[in-house]
Amino acid sequence: MQQLADRLLNEGFLQGLPTPVGYVLVVAFFAFVLLNFIMLVAGVTSWLERRVWARIQSRVGPNRVGPQGSIQWLADGIKNILKEDIVPLAADRILFKAAPYLAMMGFFAAFAVLPFGDGLIVADINVGILYVTAVTALVVVGILMAGWSSNNKWALLGGIRSAAQIISYEIPAALAILTIVLFTGTLSMQGIIRMQGWAPWNWFLFANPFAFVSFFIFYVSALAEGNRTPFDLPEAESELVAGAFTEYSGLRSLLFFLVEWGNLYVIGALATTLFLGGWHVPAFTESAFVLGVAQAVVFFLKSYFLVFVAMWIRATLPRVRVDQLMSLCWKYLVPISFVNMIGAALWFAIFPNGSRVASIAMVVFGLAIALYFLSRVRFHLRRAKPELTLSPIA
Amino acid sequence: MGYFANIRDSVRTIFEGLAITASHLVRKPYTIQYPDRTDIRVQDALPFRYRGLLDVDLEICTGCLACERACPIDCIVIDAEKDKQTKEMILKRFDIDLAKCMYCGLCSEPCPTGSIHHTPEFEGADYSLESLIRRFVKAPVVAYKPSKGPETDPEIAPILTRGLRYLDEFATPGGADAD
Repeated sequence: MQQLADRLLNEGFLQGLPTPVGYVLVVAFFAFVLLNFIMLVAGVTSWLERRVWARIQSRVGPNRVGPQGSIQWLADGIKNILKEDIVPLAADRILFKAAPYLAMMGFFAAFAVLPFGDGLIVADINVGILYVTAVTALVVVGILMAGWSSNNKWALLGGIRSAAQIISYEIPAALAILTIVLFTGTLSMQGIIRMQGWAPWNWFLFANPFAFVSFFIFYVSALAEGNRTPFDLPEAESELVAGAFTEYSGLRSLLFFLVEWGNLYVIGALATTLFLGGWHVPAFTESAFVLGVAQAVVFFLKSYFLVFVAMWIRATLPRVRVDQLMSLCWKYLVPISFVNMIGAALWFAIFPNGSRVASIAMVVFGLAIALYFLSRVRFHLRRAKPELTLSPIA
Repeated sequence: MGYFANIRDSVRTIFEGLAITASHLVRKPYTIQYPDRTDIRVQDALPFRYRGLLDVDLEICTGCLACERACPIDCIVIDAEKDKQTKEMILKRFDIDLAKCMYCGLCSEPCPTGSIHHTPEFEGADYSLESLIRRFVKAPVVAYKPSKGPETDPEIAPILTRGLRYLDEFATPGGADAD
């Protein structure tokens, strides 16, 4: 981004402006574009999520606003913005008002280093993945602040749960990331992607058994960090009203939801970067522009598939208890990820350049799991003999 | 349960659970999108003797007041007088307050001709209680007088057939010719 700013300042349309002003303008422009991207993705995700749950529960879901309800999220957003912004009398006004922005900031800052394609990245800093884990932890400050300043028992419980949960799950997530960093030797997001390829056997997911396990540890931990079901204890409706967000209304509550749904995309993009080969596409055309678009589309689809899996999991699993949450993290994920990292280090010592045979074997193994999964789906369909429809808009 | 058995079980059960929910993704939703996106009107899909809003076929009302007496909450008000000269019952008023009606069906049971009956219509929402009072008699009319044999008037015959069928189904719910 700095090169772009420099170029615009030297020969582009920012020529003649003082350097700091030019930098601020460029940063503001990217922030504006990204913010709109996030709004769009979070909004559409909120609608799509409701449609997916609905279908899983044999319902239809929101299909009235716009074609098939596709601008339901816009209607919800406008409704929320028009609502009164209530601050409870006994609340700590300043902290209460600042909390949503802090949560938003921590999550939005992650987008600065998320890649969208080859060269399509705001800042490819050399500690990219470390930066992401650091700034997304800021969200917990926002949620804890919201819980404390609301002066409400449920909110406080939700905030504390959230803090305990996010901080605990940072450890397995970071260790899962470390197994990949062991192979790449770089923390840069684009660097990690460049080490992979378009074919599944070039992805880190299938590089070796330890990376394969890492993917699941990372995904589970990321879901827990993003306060997603089955780990949505901070806002557990049936226990804590709405947890840390109980007292929020209007735009501020909307911001928390924006963070929740936007975080899903961050999780998907991170997992795609680390494990699923990022934006790599086979070089099918000479045109750099077409290739760039294809890369952006491939990256988005891979990320969004993982978002879809998160919706699917939310429709499948019930919420865990607090003690189960902690025991899953400290008794299972943390030890497994440590063993996993040592295993990955050993693997790296034995095969410093990776092993093509092992990769292909892992791909076959992955395919076998997928096929077995499909056979189970077919089994359940055959047993119930339901009326089927493949139409997504039924 | 052992440590590794725990891990194995949770992986296996989550895998199976995801397979079940994935199989639901391709199933047809059961939702009936009442009121505007149903294949047929919901009213048309209801059974013949569905107890919806009350209706009166004034053409076959004998003015016997059996329904008025049967109504436990007095939501039916009938004014009927015998004309001294012609010996005919004249119906001057037949009001049903649907706001009071509790859809018990006790009025349609004693009706000799099936004149007062429930319809499958159930959308009775309105903005005032007054408009829920249905006034069936606009101007005084002569009450129906059952004939000895089968009904000969071609206009009244189908209404009477319908009314008698309605009565029949009290005796045999879902009766012989029920649809």
